[in-house]
Amino acid sequence: MSAAGMTDALRRLEAMLLIRAYEEKLVEFQRGGAPGTCTSVGQEACAVGVVGALESRDRILTNHRSAAHLIARGADPGRLMAEVLGRVDGYCGGRSGSLHISAKELGVVLTSTIVGGELSMAPGVALAQKMGQGEPGGIVAVFFGDGAACEGIFHEALNLAVQWQLPLLFVCENNDWQAFVHRRETMPDNAIADWAAGHGLPVATVDGNDVEAVHAAARDVVAAIRADGQPRFLELVTYRLRGHFEPDDQVYVDADELARWQARDPLQGQADRLLALGALDAANLMQLRDRVAARIEAAARFAQASAWPDPRTLTHHVYAEQGARS
Amino acid sequence: MTRMTTEQAIHQALAEEMQRDERVLLMGEGVATKRPDLVQDFGATRVRNTPLAEAIVAGTAVGAAASGLRPVVDLLFAPFLAYAMDALVNSAGKLRYLSGGQFEFPLVAMSMTGSGWCVGAQHNHNLEAMFAHAPGLKVVMPSTAADFKGLLKAAIRDDNPVVFFTDLGLLHQEGEVPDVADHVVPLGLAAVRRVGADVTLVSYAKTVGVCLQAAEQLQAQGIAAEVIDLRTLKPLDETTVLRSLRKTGRLVVVTEASGLCGMAAELAALAATRAFDVLRAPVVRLTGPDAPGASSWVLEQAALPTVEAVVEAVQGMLVEVAVGREALAAS
Repeated sequence: MSAAGMTDALRRLEAMLLIRAYEEKLVEFQRGGAPGTCTSVGQEACAVGVVGALESRDRILTNHRSAAHLIARGADPGRLMAEVLGRVDGYCGGRSGSLHISAKELGVVLTSTIVGGELSMAPGVALAQKMGQGEPGGIVAVFFGDGAACEGIFHEALNLAVQWQLPLLFVCENNDWQAFVHRRETMPDNAIADWAAGHGLPVATVDGNDVEAVHAAARDVVAAIRADGQPRFLELVTYRLRGHFEPDDQVYVDADELARWQARDPLQGQADRLLALGALDAANLMQLRDRVAARIEAAARFAQASAWPDPRTLTHHVYAEQGARS
Repeated sequence: MTRMTTEQAIHQALAEEMQRDERVLLMGEGVATKRPDLVQDFGATRVRNTPLAEAIVAGTAVGAAASGLRPVVDLLFAPFLAYAMDALVNSAGKLRYLSGGQFEFPLVAMSMTGSGWCVGAQHNHNLEAMFAHAPGLKVVMPSTAADFKGLLKAAIRDDNPVVFFTDLGLLHQEGEVPDVADHVVPLGLAAVRRVGADVTLVSYAKTVGVCLQAAEQLQAQGIAAEVIDLRTLKPLDETTVLRSLRKTGRLVVVTEASGLCGMAAELAALAATRAFDVLRAPVVRLTGPDAPGASSWVLEQAALPTVEAVVEAVQGMLVEVAVGREALAAS
């Protein structure tokens, strides 16, 4: 690995640590009575690897498990936490909560918590891009899971993206869990890549817990989409280490399976790699963790200090104000 | 004025708005096939045939609308909107709000409904109240060629998602459309189609015609009925309805849609909560039954509010008053 490569790899480790610390803080908040969240613990490498391969001119659509995508994109953890807590300084002024956070300023556009909702809107965002509405050369990435792959809209979106030749990257984080049901109960193994390939677009399946592998694959497909404007499909094989929605005791999870995946924790994997390469030593790693922890503590203070929305604004933003324009 | 059918008025509106604003695009099953002149004038990029898959057609419109385009989608028949519900209700209707106003969804979802074609309940289902109940959406259902043109143009220019219903029974009906360069009818304004002081008949779409015929018959009996065509169901023009009610004190609401939780119920509630002091008779709702639309012509017709039913309802209201007056005089 080159020096520049190591710097990037370190940055990816730090981003994953930040996401993990952020979500663990939310779990702590939840235990204190704050609204529950759908965490992406265990899936950080997917977000960091793919989002890091995108440019600011690109657009992202995500779902209820969006914290990792947002933080990887550079979202302020304080404003995210404020949103989760329902405060005015949240990205959506407290109207979204954790489940549908979008941040136009970051290019994280439409977020739907309806499984498959992000897939229904993604071709339209890509169509607008293709028709000249976005920044020149931009592409669109849509994040969803294996649960969404069981929705009919998965096929409708893939079919349209291929037929209309849209600059759209489908990113399936196959985390084995569809809310409280294991994927083995709902679909054949290896179905996702085969289903996608059936629509006639290039498909790559990658170890979603190896951030370097994800990043390399994402870089390739993003470059390919930018070059020819055609859609691509990336399946990232990963695992949801926490429950569906906090609090969740995970009694329904097979302990051996969970232990196997915990041993493949993407953060530990990246840390071990960098330690082995000499890009990092134990003291550096500690410093990194401390820096991340300090950021999250500051974010938590910011969020908790943020004001509640004024109840008189309850019905603001339902409709566009100006109505018909002549 | 130019005489044209509803179908032609809709086509003119689409052509004019596509000419006016290059961000307007038309998508749907067969839109390019059925409107070759639009493909010719505006290109295949802006007039797009789609798969027969309403969920992704509507979803694509939502994504495109939030990204700077102004899509119009033709979803063909109102019952097909059930497949488009997530995109329209959960995305277009809610994501402006949930994002704290970061995104706008200027889109129009068109579909046809109503009796008259004997196509049965999976092509004929008046779902307008269902969409009026969804926050963030506007709902339009015109009755005249001029309004189909003017309201569709306004809907395309509106920055909110608009669900635009075309009553099947009106598709080939002709009407006069103003020849002005830019005939736009603002959303949210009802039209008083006939002025009268004795009773207010409120309706929209095809049953406005039923009310007008009933008003004609009532006139012969010396009863002056005011006929209000709502045109836009959401936002609802409460002012025009209440103004009329304050004059007449009697309300008959006529809809082809079924009654429970429908537009007629909403108008009855409006009368009860905002004009109770002037009501001179109980509000009458004449609606379709709580039953799926049948195909057989006879059954389809049997589901509709008729001119006779409207006339009888009004006569009943006035008889009650007359009887009351006599009783008062006798006491």
